[in-house]
Amino acid sequence: MVRVEHGPGGSVIRTAGHVFPAEERRLFLAHFIVAHLAFFLGIIAGLLQGLSRTGFLVLPSTIGYYQLLTLHGVALAYVFTTFTIAGFLLLGTAKTTGGSFTPPERRFAWAGFVLMLAGTVLGVFAILSNRATVLYTFYPPMHAHPTFYFGILFVLFGSWLPGVSLFSAYRRWKNAHPGEPSPLFAYMAVATYIMWLIATLGVLVELVVQLIPWSLGWVPRIHVGAARTFFWFFGHPVVYFWLLPAYIYWYVNLPRMIGGEIFSHLLPRLTFLLFLLYSIPVGLHHQFGDPGIAPIWKFVQTTLTFFVVIPTLLTVFTVLATFEAAGRGLGATRPFAWIRKLPWQDARFLAPVAGMLFFIPGGAGGIINASYQLNTVVHNTLWLPGHFHLTLATTVVLTYFAITFWAVPALTGRAYTSGANRAGIAAVLLWSTGMLLMSTAMHVLGVLGEPRRTAFATYAGAAIVERWAPWRALLAGGAVLLFLGALVYLAAVAYLFLFAPRAEAIVDFPIGDVRKRAPPPPPILERWGLWVALAVALILIAYTGPFIELLTQTKNGAPPLRTW
Amino acid sequence: MFRLDWPKLEALWMKVSLGTMATFLVTIGVMAFGMDVHTADGRQTIDPTRVDETPPFDRPGLYRIGPDAYRAVVVARVFTFNPDHLVLPAGARIEFVMTSADVIHGVSIPGTNVNLMLIPGQVTTYTTTFKRPGEYLLLCNEYCGIGHHLMMGRWTVVAEGGESAWSASSTAPAGQ
Repeated sequence: MVRVEHGPGGSVIRTAGHVFPAEERRLFLAHFIVAHLAFFLGIIAGLLQGLSRTGFLVLPSTIGYYQLLTLHGVALAYVFTTFTIAGFLLLGTAKTTGGSFTPPERRFAWAGFVLMLAGTVLGVFAILSNRATVLYTFYPPMHAHPTFYFGILFVLFGSWLPGVSLFSAYRRWKNAHPGEPSPLFAYMAVATYIMWLIATLGVLVELVVQLIPWSLGWVPRIHVGAARTFFWFFGHPVVYFWLLPAYIYWYVNLPRMIGGEIFSHLLPRLTFLLFLLYSIPVGLHHQFGDPGIAPIWKFVQTTLTFFVVIPTLLTVFTVLATFEAAGRGLGATRPFAWIRKLPWQDARFLAPVAGMLFFIPGGAGGIINASYQLNTVVHNTLWLPGHFHLTLATTVVLTYFAITFWAVPALTGRAYTSGANRAGIAAVLLWSTGMLLMSTAMHVLGVLGEPRRTAFATYAGAAIVERWAPWRALLAGGAVLLFLGALVYLAAVAYLFLFAPRAEAIVDFPIGDVRKRAPPPPPILERWGLWVALAVALILIAYTGPFIELLTQTKNGAPPLRTW
Repeated sequence: MFRLDWPKLEALWMKVSLGTMATFLVTIGVMAFGMDVHTADGRQTIDPTRVDETPPFDRPGLYRIGPDAYRAVVVARVFTFNPDHLVLPAGARIEFVMTSADVIHGVSIPGTNVNLMLIPGQVTTYTTTFKRPGEYLLLCNEYCGIGHHLMMGRWTVVAEGGESAWSASSTAPAGQ
């Protein structure tokens, strides 16, 4: 029987609504466990980087700054994210498409998990043994050990397999419910995954056609400009692969816990379709400083990048409207009284909303980065990590915190205690404060010209370095607070996994309902063939020209080098 | 009671959103194609293993190419720029021609809009003018290996009219 209770700050908690079969719980939990081990590894590297690049800590000679930086990027941007996303999308899709996967669907998901784990082990081994200090962008002709490239390949290809489970569950539900709109969560998971499959093709081509044969010595030289372009074909949409699951939580899960409703079938779906169309043909905005690509193509992709801002602006409106409607539903009447009705004392609400606030400067910074000539001012400066530590490392990561706080109790059958919640709130506050300091410092340092991805540099006493000093101190202080916040968060997660008391009734993973009177979505939104064709057409418009230029310009490849 | 018309507000929000993005885009487009403000360019290619034998990189340095125009030919390799010191006249048109002889490097000069990628196999070009005399730091801003943070150069920009001063200390003969 479903019981409705009230959590911290009046949040709405349902219990015993749905319990996953044991074998499914193991599958989902396994993803969250690996994700958090990677998170732990990544934050240690992050703290050491924050202190050493600012001159407050001298690393022992056995650990290189660039080795830590590679570990930080791979562990957090690839491993932590991909495992969390796969776990979350599998969990929500299983729940909304009938309660569980079929055994073959589950096997696909397990196969993906094993492949991703094998890739992680290979990659981390290569990095820790200093054979792959090439950062998480692994630009050739820096030559990592082949195990690193195979590791990345396995993680990325492995991430395809849970997609098979998602697509199959979605199709199974559609066949059983002809004419009905698909569950919103499953629809969004499918849209996210279609985008991801197309986006990863770029880096898979780079790995399979270029990097791996070259790293094994079968091919003597590599076309560096083409490799970069293949990488960024993937390297920008990957940020939407991180972001879209957070949007799913905002659209589908959050309304349920504030006693609200999803007010439209159409808008959330339209948002995700726009991301499917515009996430990919924008990668050149990471290559504005590159030679060999005509200005017109850089401008075309600037234009397309600006289109991808629109679904986010749509999301801002919809999510805030949902909050306001829910607050008014609870009796708020004066213009801003609804804000006080929201469950701020519940970490599962506070975390994503803090994340949303950080997305205001984060998104604005993103528009600056994409603005062609303006990018010259910030390209490869500390501004850039300042930017994506707002978007990825705050907006997305704080939302993942909330997802984990729901998922782990729902899967372990333990209670989400008020102690765990208080730790969650403390983690959110520490993380937000730390990031405010660190990211502000990084943005300022970037405008003052300090480069990103650079160990502690004094540039032989150049005058500009003196102006960097106070901001470097702020950066380091922020990094320390972030590390503390991460430790508090991990302690709360470990508690929820292992020590929290058994719940009397298992917490239900919250899935919001669409308003009863909302008109059904037009069936064209589920005609995936059409949307994929449009996405491919946009990619061809954006990338055919640059690739022809790059591939016809030069036959001058570069031989492999190890420069670390 | 305070009531909001959601569909109307949403339509307004969309108009503001689209209008803002369109304004930004038109600004960028006019700057790019009307005022010719671009980022790095360059279509020339080069064998990265034979940079030292390939003109113009066989003789890096500063060359006078017109009455008030100069070409700076620079080769980047781990972990130095060649030449690492140049003396340039303020106010003159400076055309950079650069490449890398090994891995990817970047060139940025804090306080200016110089921010370029150097990709082995390709030649990067960019044209700019240093308005203010002074000492400029030139640094590598793309990770290139263990000594990346040591990779730098120093460029001195001298006031216009001080031609004899700069040509005497430049590392290569002016004129080509």
